[in-house]
Amino acid sequence: MTGIDWALALPYIFAALMGVAILVYVILDGFDLGIGILSPFADDAQKDRMVASIGPFWDANETWLVLAVGLLLVAFPVAHGVILTTLYFPVAVLLIGLILRGVAFEFRAKVSLSAKPSWNRMFFAGSLMSALSQGYMLGLYVLGLDTGWAAAGFALLVAVCLAAAYAAIGAAWLIHKTEGELQKRAVTWLRASLGFVALGMAAISLATPLASERIWERWLGFPETLYLAPLPVLTLALFVWLWRLSGRMPLEGDRMNLAPFISLAGIFCLGFAGLAWSFYPYVVPGRITIVEAASATESLAIILVGTLFVLPVITGYSIWAYRIFGGKAVDLRYD
Amino acid sequence: MDTLLLSRIQFAANISFHILFPTITIALGWLLLWFRLRFNRTGDQAYMDAYFFWVKVFALSFAMGVVSGITMSFQFGTNWPGFMESVGNIAGPLLAYEVLTAFFLEAVFLGIMLFGFRRVSGRVHTLATFLVAFGTTMSAFWILVLNSWMHTPQGYEIRDGVAYATDWLAIVFNPSMPYRLVHVLLASGLTVAFLVAGLSALRWLFGDRGRANMLALRSGLTLGAVLIPLQILAGDLHGLNTLEHQPQKVAAMEGNWETGPRVPLILFAIPDEEARENRFEIGIPGGASLILKHDIDGVVPGLNDFVAEDGTVLHPPVTPLFFAFRIMVGVGFAMLFVAWIGSWMIWRRGDINRPLAYVLVPMALSGWVATLAGWYTTEIGRQPWLVSGVLKTADAVTTVPATSVGITLAAYLLVYAGLIAAYLSVIVALALKAAKAPQQPPSVKDPGIDPDPAMVLGMGR
Ligand code: HDD
Ligand code: HEM
Ligand code: HEM
Repeated sequence: MTGIDWALALPYIFAALMGVAILVYVILDGFDLGIGILSPFADDAQKDRMVASIGPFWDANETWLVLAVGLLLVAFPVAHGVILTTLYFPVAVLLIGLILRGVAFEFRAKVSLSAKPSWNRMFFAGSLMSALSQGYMLGLYVLGLDTGWAAAGFALLVAVCLAAAYAAIGAAWLIHKTEGELQKRAVTWLRASLGFVALGMAAISLATPLASERIWERWLGFPETLYLAPLPVLTLALFVWLWRLSGRMPLEGDRMNLAPFISLAGIFCLGFAGLAWSFYPYVVPGRITIVEAASATESLAIILVGTLFVLPVITGYSIWAYRIFGGKAVDLRYD
Repeated sequence: MDTLLLSRIQFAANISFHILFPTITIALGWLLLWFRLRFNRTGDQAYMDAYFFWVKVFALSFAMGVVSGITMSFQFGTNWPGFMESVGNIAGPLLAYEVLTAFFLEAVFLGIMLFGFRRVSGRVHTLATFLVAFGTTMSAFWILVLNSWMHTPQGYEIRDGVAYATDWLAIVFNPSMPYRLVHVLLASGLTVAFLVAGLSALRWLFGDRGRANMLALRSGLTLGAVLIPLQILAGDLHGLNTLEHQPQKVAAMEGNWETGPRVPLILFAIPDEEARENRFEIGIPGGASLILKHDIDGVVPGLNDFVAEDGTVLHPPVTPLFFAFRIMVGVGFAMLFVAWIGSWMIWRRGDINRPLAYVLVPMALSGWVATLAGWYTTEIGRQPWLVSGVLKTADAVTTVPATSVGITLAAYLLVYAGLIAAYLSVIVALALKAAKAPQQPPSVKDPGIDPDPAMVLGMGR
């Protein structure tokens, strides 16, 4: 029996876990941030309904960010320091955004009617700030944490596109969770933002190989291109399918109301897989690899034991909570 | 100001803001569970009304705790990268276990607890309330393990400047952990006791004598009266433990410069760190020796023992510790006085009077004051170390330029000031609204209600 070299295996296991946490975060918090971004386009009653569709979930969704940062922190402490000090300002914007929107959920429901519009604006502004800063960080990251002006410009583009992507998946969630006029609006919102999502993915796909010789080789070297072709092809197919489907929505009897959400989640996964392929085996692109950045084997092992035990439980009760609040959203109340 | 000082202020500002809300949610979760269980057992609607009012305060506090907590988890990377680089092997797993065993639990079941009343059975709703309370307590446990380890580290070895765990049991059960855990959980209980009593007294002043309000008032006062003696005892034991492991901290708290027997218990003084003596000192002779050594002739260490040959000061700054400690203890004794009088009144006469109500209302925030004062004592008392004897605060700080830290600090302070003002005004507004609402029994028959006596603990059926 050949033993597993844990010192080598653990860093990769943790990189994978972190990837999963980020991906789950982007999909789950993506839709509730997106709803915040879309909120100014809705009237007051619709706003309440939109918030109701995410009220029971947003906190748990954000916890995946805490897990992702936590894993970065505990498994790759050195990389954690480098990344977060380089991204110092966008991180501050992200945090302030998350603070504002997180408390706005509670405040808007408890203040007097005259103060409610200001908290609605906070909810929007905070959601938008969070989404933009995440996109900005993604943009800088794909260029290898370069901080020049060109990089900043590119990062801004990615920021806008990621915000649009969140708006799209938020709209898709609304198609699933609402009905009537709001659902129809959600369809138009989805179609309006879809173009930006495609633009953002195209921009990243072009910029990454151009910015780094290594990534160019990874994608366009000979046999690789062949194996990798399904990735862009599948993404494109999903886009086209979603565009055509949403043109006919809402369908009779509310059929396929979850399909836009699932296909967008699929698009996010494909994009994420592409990024993972580009950057593997680096944590800090071009500078620090997964193995170099990892903490002590014993510490990783003790976290892994807990993770393997707890993660399925978390997944289980999260799904259960989604089912309890399944079906069309109704007004939220404590009693 | 340099990056180090600004980062310290920023960390202190963030964590001070954060801790205000966990201190409320930890104990309030259990109080809500108590209301819920009493309702399950008695079917008395007043319990459920109290639940529905306080669950709003809970939801608001929880949201504030969550968002400021997310900020905390980024602070390590943005401002203290040296912390994880040198003790990450120990801090990492503890933080990871907090996320895995506590945060997800609270976050997922919070939704069910808040909005699930009509969607799930009474049993499941009770269970969700329990799991949320349990989750907040678990997260306090893990973070306090880490914090206590930073004060009294053990179970590790240093290789090439990096700490490696050698004994996880020793790390988790480090010497100050049990004391700090008990003291902080009791602090949370007291914070909630006085918040509940104070806000109910406010409603009372506005004429609300409804059963739900009187019930909450009685619960708050009783809880305070029971917990405060325990807290004073726990604080005393905590101090003795600190004397053993961090004598320089206790010396600074006591404002005692010279080692010796019959050290006085100083009630007031202004420590002068230049001259290394106290001015305007008023003290009880032998008091400190009596408290710390339980013997009037007991020898108590003084600050002058912690000055190196070359004059380098090795103890923490004296003035902030001296005063912060006195604020905490002062509030503690005020709590004792008020809670006992209040309990006596409400149990004897079934009501309180106006003077007491006027005292209780400002005391609503006394738990916050004592908690912050306590944390400042503890944390400043650890300086100049970040991890006692292992890592100096100055060696962990970020390389981000001071202006950047200053800008983000200003932004955080602005947001925090606005949010505290909003938070306080909303809970006061909620209380006033509840006080003015007509007192009538709700007419709807709720699916979540289970008045069946067999449903004790929500476990029957
Ligand atoms: C004594 C208790 C205590 C202390 C000292 C701290 N916390 Fe805390 N924290 C809690 C008790 C707590 C809590 C009661 O469990 C909270 C409040 C509301 C909540 O959701 O959980 C929480 C929330 C909370 C969250 C949000 C969790 C979520 O998404 O649900 C994070 C990321 C942190 N904390 C992180 C920290 C860090 C990095 C700290 C120290 C440096 C810290 N906390 C000190
Ligand atoms: C929750 C209540 C807490 C409060 C109010 C608090 C307060 C403070 C204060 C006032 C300082 C600044 C001390 C100084 O610079 O003189 C500080 C520093 C610090 N504390 Fe705490 N603390 C708390 C809990 C914790 C916990 C739970 C941890 C770790 C897990 C922690 C880790 C640190 C670190 C890393 C610093 C920065 C370096 C330093 O200045 O010492 N603190 N804290
Ligand atoms: C009245 C008697 C009290 C005594 C003798 C006392 C004693 C102490 C001591 C000695 C410490 C520092 C421990 C260390 O740094 O190693 C401490 C810390 C602290 N105290 Fe108190 N305390 C009292 C009351 C209170 C009250 C009423 C509260 C809050 C409601 C409170 C909240 C805290 C907190 C949050 C800390 C910091 C965490 C910790 O280190 O435990 N204390 N207390």
